Amino acid sequence: MRILDVRGLVAGYEPGLAIVKGASIHADAGEIVVILGPNGAGKSSLIKAIAGLVPVSGGQVMLDGRDITGVPAHLMVRQGLAFVPQTENIFPLLTVAENLAVSGGVLPRAEVAGRVGEMFAMFPDLARQSRLMAGSLSGGQRQMLAVARALLVRPRVLMLDEPSAGLSPILVQQVFARLAEIRQAGLTIVLVEQNARAALAIGDRAYVLVEGREAHEGRAATLWDDPIIAELYLGQRRAS
Amino acid sequence: MSLQFLLDGVLSGSMIGLGAIGVTLTYSILRFSNFAHGDFMAWGAYAALAVVGALGGSTALKPLSFGLPLLVALVVAMGLTALLALALDWALFARLRARGQSIIVVMASFGASMALRSLLEFIFTSRPTYFSRAIQMAQPVGLGIKITADQVALLITTMVLVTAMALFLARSQRGREMRAYSQNPALAQVVGIDVSKVVRTTWIIGAALACAAGVMVGVLVQIRPLMGLSLLLPMFAAAILGGIGSVTGAVLGGLIIGLSEAAAVQFIGGEWRAAVSFVILMAVLLVRPMGLFGVAER
Amino acid sequence: MIVDLMGYGAFFLSTALIFALITLGLNLQWGLTGLFNVGISGFVAIGAYASAILTTPETVDRIGGFGWPIGLGWIAAAVITAGAAAFTGYATLRLKADYLAITTFGVAVVVQLVALNAQGLTGGPFGVAFIPRPFAGVQAEPVLFNFANLAVIAGVTLAVYLGLERLSRSPWGRVLRALREDERAAIALGKSARSYRIQAFAVGGGVMGLAGAVQAHFIGFIAPDNYLPTLTFQVWAMLMVGGSGSNRGAVLGAIVVWAIWVGAGAFSAAVVPGDWQARAASLQIVAIGVMLCLILLWRPQGFFAPRRR
Repeated sequence: MRILDVRGLVAGYEPGLAIVKGASIHADAGEIVVILGPNGAGKSSLIKAIAGLVPVSGGQVMLDGRDITGVPAHLMVRQGLAFVPQTENIFPLLTVAENLAVSGGVLPRAEVAGRVGEMFAMFPDLARQSRLMAGSLSGGQRQMLAVARALLVRPRVLMLDEPSAGLSPILVQQVFARLAEIRQAGLTIVLVEQNARAALAIGDRAYVLVEGREAHEGRAATLWDDPIIAELYLGQRRAS
Repeated sequence: MSLQFLLDGVLSGSMIGLGAIGVTLTYSILRFSNFAHGDFMAWGAYAALAVVGALGGSTALKPLSFGLPLLVALVVAMGLTALLALALDWALFARLRARGQSIIVVMASFGASMALRSLLEFIFTSRPTYFSRAIQMAQPVGLGIKITADQVALLITTMVLVTAMALFLARSQRGREMRAYSQNPALAQVVGIDVSKVVRTTWIIGAALACAAGVMVGVLVQIRPLMGLSLLLPMFAAAILGGIGSVTGAVLGGLIIGLSEAAAVQFIGGEWRAAVSFVILMAVLLVRPMGLFGVAER
Repeated sequence: MIVDLMGYGAFFLSTALIFALITLGLNLQWGLTGLFNVGISGFVAIGAYASAILTTPETVDRIGGFGWPIGLGWIAAAVITAGAAAFTGYATLRLKADYLAITTFGVAVVVQLVALNAQGLTGGPFGVAFIPRPFAGVQAEPVLFNFANLAVIAGVTLAVYLGLERLSRSPWGRVLRALREDERAAIALGKSARSYRIQAFAVGGGVMGLAGAVQAHFIGFIAPDNYLPTLTFQVWAMLMVGGSGSNRGAVLGAIVVWAIWVGAGAFSAAVVPGDWQARAASLQIVAIGVMLCLILLWRPQGFFAPRRR
């Protein structure tokens, strides 16, 4: 059952200068969908547009059957869509615990403390540093905090923009392992990634975005070996 | 040498500090210096005066110079001043903020401040007026300092208000949201924080505290339409000295400026009082622009 | 009767053109460079007092008697004010724009304070009198005197206008415009951007100081009360009405707003009963304040600027 359905989305920062040019992607409940593509293809802009951060000028975004096209960013969380940006995704001058609690405004007041506790149970590393200023966390821990914060509000769909950016290979493995775990709980995940190999390893399906629209779609398991991906991605035929 | 000036400094510093909290919050959350903030103080004082009058005058609770009616008036006036601030934001600031250039919003606040001030002059004339004409007996408390009951009451009020503010920002959900928004507005939206509520709370708190400061000045000194203008520079200086965005800094900055002014009056002469804030402001900007508790601009 | 009217007209235009001069200075600071000066009255006062002190004869308990010629006094006024503006700019321009606004506000407060209290320098609340006037010889004939003054003021204003137009079209001016339009370009230029802005602020300040000096010699005496925030406010209204970024707009805006101001004053003097006169004056300011806010909301480009090419 399609939980996220994007049809012919046109979006861009400047009116008349579209970066996303009629992209259509979808995610079924419980899937991990990966969006790949060369630099400048518009991957980030696509999920930002879905999340309400980039102005949409055409097309449609449906979440769980509801039309959420162009809904302002701060209301997306209430719709069930949580987004983890690539950079500056935590509040450096709030503590770890405060970073988690601050997104709890959409939940009933009484639930917030409980959910924070559940996040700490899920991410024991964060629990240990709950009183630390988030700005002093390492890159990998920040990423975990950002993900935990997004999960706090029990989203239907979690979107991530290049979660591996700036992380060492070991940390990338850890982050992706966590994402795979989280999916077990019935969450749908859409992630944009440069690190195709790591993402495809946990993904179910993948799209390759080129020049603002999806150019190829396939099962993640087989996509890595598909020569199409090399051609679209790297612009060359890869020796198999 | 009398140390009375220390008490004077703490009192005026409290009033400056209360006003500076609003200035620093407005700057860190709404990203502009509100030149009309002093006029919130004046409007607050006059609003309280009007309410007291409507309640039939204030019979004093000995040994204070004011009674229950003034306290009621204070609460009502805080609400009215908050409404004024919200109305001004809706009519003027929010629209200009949406267009982008923040310095235009500052310019509008400058225009609004002149209009507000002159409107008060039009309604009440520029004659000073008072909540009460009662003379208060000052009790000695040692070190050559004498204090009146009013002054004690107002110091306590300030401490209560400041503590309440600090707790609100540190512990409440809305307070967390305000701090988060001031650090990263874009992320705040992504995280689901309702910006309009944050903006509204900022105006309400800033205006209410400015009103309280104005009523304090009215009780201790006098009420006149230009009262806000003369406190504007000290308030800005206090907010910048304390570090933009820091409530503790604003209060501390206010106290430092209040004490410096009082010392200047004592040792140099009363006519140079207004220059003290400017000198401190210049010193901060030249030496440590982020102030005591502020963070270096990204 | 006609002659009297013309004499008054010359007087009105003279005052309006002095405002135009100040507005031209502000246009350089704001229109061209994007700097928000909330302390215009302070810079005007610096120029006025500088020239007054340098040119007036000696008096008891105030420095004076330097006996400088008027023209030199004016030049000194412009230079000294430019220096004050340069210092203000230097202290604040590496920080956000708001800090310049707050600091200029402080400058105006302090200048007023010094003017009021430093009696040995400025004559305190009594100000400085007997400031030499350019055509003192014809003082006895008011109409001729007014026209002579108008000629001088118009001449200075024209010279400054032409100079600023030249400056604005020069490479220097183009850099300033580019800095104003593109903040990123400013950041990329780094230190030199700041230097350009300080220069622009200083030159604008110098023009304001010159206007203050011209006005001082036009009226013949000055006092701290001439330099209140109301003045800052009037000049901002003039530039916003005229069209910031345009020198022509600055001059026309000044004349129009001054006409409105004087007109409103005359109207309330005629219509409002005696004991409400003081209050009516406040209403004038409320009206200008509201007008300023409305212009910012609905016509931020002003009314008299030439169309953008």
